[in-house]
Amino acid sequence: MTALLSLDRLSKRFRGLVAVDGVSFAVPEGAIFAVIGPNGAGKTTLFNMIAGAIAPDSGTVSFAGEDITGLAPDAVCRRGIARTFQLVRPFPALSLEDNVIVGALLRRTDVDAARVKARELLRRFDLFDRRHQPASSLTLPDRKRLEVMRALATEPKLLLLDEVVAGLRPTEVDRLVTVLRELNRDIGLTILLIEHVMRAVMALASRVVVLDHGTAIAEGEPHEVVRDPAVVQSYLGQSEVDIRVV
Amino acid sequence: MIARLADGASRRALGLLAAVFAALAIAPFVVNDYLLTVMIVALYLAYTGQAWNIMMGFAGQLSLGNAIYAGLGAYVAAVLFTRYGVAPWLGLLVAIPVTAACAAVIGFLAFRFGVAGVYFAILTIAFAEFARVGFDHLDFVHASAGLFLPVTQYTHDDLWRLRGNPTMFYYVILAATAVAFLLSRALLKSRIGYFWLAIREDEQAARAAGIDTFRYKMFALMISAAVTSFAGVFYAFFYNNLFPEQVFNITQSIEMILGPIIGGVGTLFGPVLGAFVLTGMAESVTSIMAALGFDLPGAKQVFYGICLLLVVVALPEGIWPPLARRLGIDRLGINKAGIDKDRR
Repeated sequence: MTALLSLDRLSKRFRGLVAVDGVSFAVPEGAIFAVIGPNGAGKTTLFNMIAGAIAPDSGTVSFAGEDITGLAPDAVCRRGIARTFQLVRPFPALSLEDNVIVGALLRRTDVDAARVKARELLRRFDLFDRRHQPASSLTLPDRKRLEVMRALATEPKLLLLDEVVAGLRPTEVDRLVTVLRELNRDIGLTILLIEHVMRAVMALASRVVVLDHGTAIAEGEPHEVVRDPAVVQSYLGQSEVDIRVV
Repeated sequence: MIARLADGASRRALGLLAAVFAALAIAPFVVNDYLLTVMIVALYLAYTGQAWNIMMGFAGQLSLGNAIYAGLGAYVAAVLFTRYGVAPWLGLLVAIPVTAACAAVIGFLAFRFGVAGVYFAILTIAFAEFARVGFDHLDFVHASAGLFLPVTQYTHDDLWRLRGNPTMFYYVILAATAVAFLLSRALLKSRIGYFWLAIREDEQAARAAGIDTFRYKMFALMISAAVTSFAGVFYAFFYNNLFPEQVFNITQSIEMILGPIIGGVGTLFGPVLGAFVLTGMAESVTSIMAALGFDLPGAKQVFYGICLLLVVVALPEGIWPPLARRLGIDRLGINKAGIDKDRR
């Protein structure tokens, strides 16, 4: 498998604080790749640099063989990287369906065709019956699903998910995990996710990279990584306790 | 095309629209000259309000200087007519690109350099003021002395040169308002409309969804300006005189936006309804005051202020959305449930 996305010594500092410090890794095409790490480890900053929301101080982001470092967010999306936001950002006054249509219109000019695509996604995510509700009336789990749908509607090759299952109940987590696995299997969607919920990481990810204080301290299969002493220490401080996979 | 425009509109909305249009179409036969002039003013504000609504209501960009586009349209067409005898409809073909280019300059400066929200609004005021002062010193258009169009007693209406009686002007502005309404709806239902709403709702999320927000905000400004420029052409040929102090004045810009704010920003019916409510009530207030023997200059402005205050406090969405719900038409004049019934 060739790398779809590769980061090369990516760094970002905010004033004196080094948020991301020389992080490099490669996400192979078709993989489900997770970035984990304690709060403040630089995960969201890393995502923002990939998605073009902030420009890195140094290092490069390459996508499908092209250097996309510093491109604007919309240009990044048009190249095939769609993202969700950790703090969900639906278009509140628009209906659920119209929210997804906006995403679908990126690859089509006809609104009716975009509606067909949007409804396909709404069915897949069990929100078809609520498609006329304004996004502002949705519960948090539904807004999270909306974020994923809108991102998927842009037909990305790579989907960036920023804590998309955080705040969801275990059954809801499992449901979303199932849909994401299906998308990965059926259309070969590559997924890069930031996640705190280990249940989702263990169920989804084929490979995990661990960030701590802006640096990658470990990378590997999920089960290896959670037993890595450096990882355990970063999560729990000086301790011998294993991370239990709940 | 016509069928496409009506697509998805509820029966009630279409019925209401037809009734309003019919009433407005027969109005000149039943109302007196004074009332006809009032209705021309109301339609003028409905038209300019719709143009402003494209920029603010759809794309979320607050302009407080739309008078610059009307003023430019007015001056371009009036100069071409008085100096070179060019008919206003041909003048419009020059006025539209000129105003759209002006909007493009304002938009470029604002959106390239991240001027947004109230700062963008201030920039639009600055440009309108700049135009006011500039034209006030521009001898080519007779500066502050004003530009006058020749007026004679008209025996017949000359639609091509826009010389004639108020009834002709009434039908011209009525037709323009109808066209602006259809244009607004067509835009709102198309790809560009969805992108505008996305930008209005959350610009960052819109960019993340791949929308080139700079480009679509520019389109909103330029379309709004181009639509407004016709209002200027109309103004010049209806009033026959242009003073920079008047046409570029901020009160013109404010009057253009009061209709949509009172009627409902972002709705299709709102700007039209708001313009009629506001003009009708303002004229009533003026007449009643005159009948009571008061002559207070500025009473109309105070009245506008009170209306705005009441709407902001009591009906922040404007008059139309709650009225639409009561009539069983949803806020955009599009009954969504209706669409599904038809399509399934």
